[in-house]
Amino acid sequence: MVKKVRSHISQNEQLLFEMSSPGKKGYQLPDLDVPVVDPAAALGGQAVRKEIEGFPEVSEVEVIRHFTRLSTWNYAIDLGMYPLGSCTMKYNPRVNEQVARTEGLAWAHPYQPESLAQGMMEVIAALEGALAEITGMDAVTLQPAAGAHGEMTGILLIRAALEKQGNPRKKVLCPDSAHGTNPATAQMVGYDVVNIKSNDLGMVDVAELVKAVDGDTAALMVTNPNTVGVFEEHIVQVAEVLHSKGAMIYMDGANMNALVGVARPGDFGVDVMHLNLHKTFSTPHGGGGPGAGAVAMKAHLEPFAPTPRLKFENGLYGWDYNRPDTIGRVRAFYGNFGVLVRALAYIMAHGGPGLRNATMDAILNANYIRKGLEAFFDLPYQSPCMHEVVFSDDRQTKKGVKTGDIAKRLIDYGFHPYTVSFPLIVHGALMIEPTETESKAEIDLFIDAMQSIAREIDEDPQMVLKAPYTTRTSRVDETTAARKPIVRWKPSPAAS
Amino acid sequence: MYPETFRYTKEHEWVLVEGDTGTVGITDHAQKELGDIVYVDLPKLGVTLAKGATFGSVESVKAVSDIYAPISGEVLETNSLLAAAPEKLNEDPHGAAWLVKIKLSDPSEIEQLMTVAEYQTYIGA
Repeated sequence: MVKKVRSHISQNEQLLFEMSSPGKKGYQLPDLDVPVVDPAAALGGQAVRKEIEGFPEVSEVEVIRHFTRLSTWNYAIDLGMYPLGSCTMKYNPRVNEQVARTEGLAWAHPYQPESLAQGMMEVIAALEGALAEITGMDAVTLQPAAGAHGEMTGILLIRAALEKQGNPRKKVLCPDSAHGTNPATAQMVGYDVVNIKSNDLGMVDVAELVKAVDGDTAALMVTNPNTVGVFEEHIVQVAEVLHSKGAMIYMDGANMNALVGVARPGDFGVDVMHLNLHKTFSTPHGGGGPGAGAVAMKAHLEPFAPTPRLKFENGLYGWDYNRPDTIGRVRAFYGNFGVLVRALAYIMAHGGPGLRNATMDAILNANYIRKGLEAFFDLPYQSPCMHEVVFSDDRQTKKGVKTGDIAKRLIDYGFHPYTVSFPLIVHGALMIEPTETESKAEIDLFIDAMQSIAREIDEDPQMVLKAPYTTRTSRVDETTAARKPIVRWKPSPAAS
Repeated sequence: MYPETFRYTKEHEWVLVEGDTGTVGITDHAQKELGDIVYVDLPKLGVTLAKGATFGSVESVKAVSDIYAPISGEVLETNSLLAAAPEKLNEDPHGAAWLVKIKLSDPSEIEQLMTVAEYQTYIGA
């Protein structure tokens, strides 16, 4: 028997506009102590908006209940496993939240004088130092606010360094397994994108790479382990191929959760990389908080790093704006500081051996799932997997069931879906990343659920094609939503 | 299903050459793999395309996919039908939903593309 975890909340909810009734309000203001004026007369007619009439009128308790009920439609890491591959949805320890709420850190102001911000600057220095050690790089900037922002910063550094040498070059290479943000980044920084095919093991094909790298090549953007969850075994050789032609290697750190404490990109030839602190270092992810895409670089790129740079002189921290080769600011002030505090708390709570253990557990968990499901789902790449495992829906499509259908059925078992249809080089991909924070018990429930769905597809594929059954809404018309989007509520003719 | 008069690429584009003009589209196999198409991004008129370079993209509910020029030349015309009705690409990919017409700069490139028999073998049809 399959142990179902829990079903989802299915209570329906109207829009606030639909709940409105004239004259209700959720606020009380004191009587005016100045004469009443007519806004249209005081500001001119064009300053008064007519269409704001019909704004919802509701009481305080109605607003509170409305938004609380909406919040129950959500699924979160605090409700259960979130095996969304490539996203590293690990648990966010509550102690990090407490540290980030420390009065002196939470209420600091970016315009506070440096002499009164020494503690904050020490946090930044400590985090920069820890991330440099973890990645094997020489310098770190904490300004970028997200992963793709970090990518752009890294490729701008490469471009600035090449320009300084006299030629920014023309193209950036991306493996066909790359995250879509990689080619997008290269294009935004003014490079042509060249796709590199993967080999049968899911790795960069070194022979293809050698053919593609020439004097016009600025960099290769590579994710390691890559998006099929496979470690690029020839990464040292890959780096040598690029360096021998004066090109650089950028590493997308999205999958760094497989390497922390085990292998250092700086040691295997990477020139510059980003880290998603909201993935690898357990800060809240997505709607839970802003991201942070720290960029770690080798010494030869450091002169180009965004300003201001942190400096330490005469026993005091300060900001250094005098950096003639800098690419300039990439973010207001010093990055998403509250996120940085949480990441440092996570690193310090674990220490080196603890971080290494987390990595080993993440890899163990992914391999445990691989073993539990390989008899049920097709495994397109046989190479050993790291922190995530990618299956394909090949067997299930023969019954007319695709990866997206399996994901929707998984919702009925109380789990968030895995990543669907990515990476694109795997036809009908199911990309599963449990992270180290799931217990064996929770992972066993997940494996049970996936095995059960595989059996359901054999016995009754039509039932799976209509899933989910336990949610407030089931299948939505994604095609019409994309072709004819309605993005603003309008009163129905009957109601107005 | 796949017209004899077309030539095909490994990236699932087709081209029909008439005189020095080539009409380019994506194949029925491509539209099936993409699923419901919701947006088509096409180049500006007069742009010069290099064989094998991306010149636009097709967005489906699943993914955004690049389209590659099967042949080099200058863009003479783009299919205005697709802006309002991207679903035509699912319904008639080999006919009404062509993407661009190109003035060929090197008609001999056509010989490097697959024939209908080769393409059908390639996709296992």
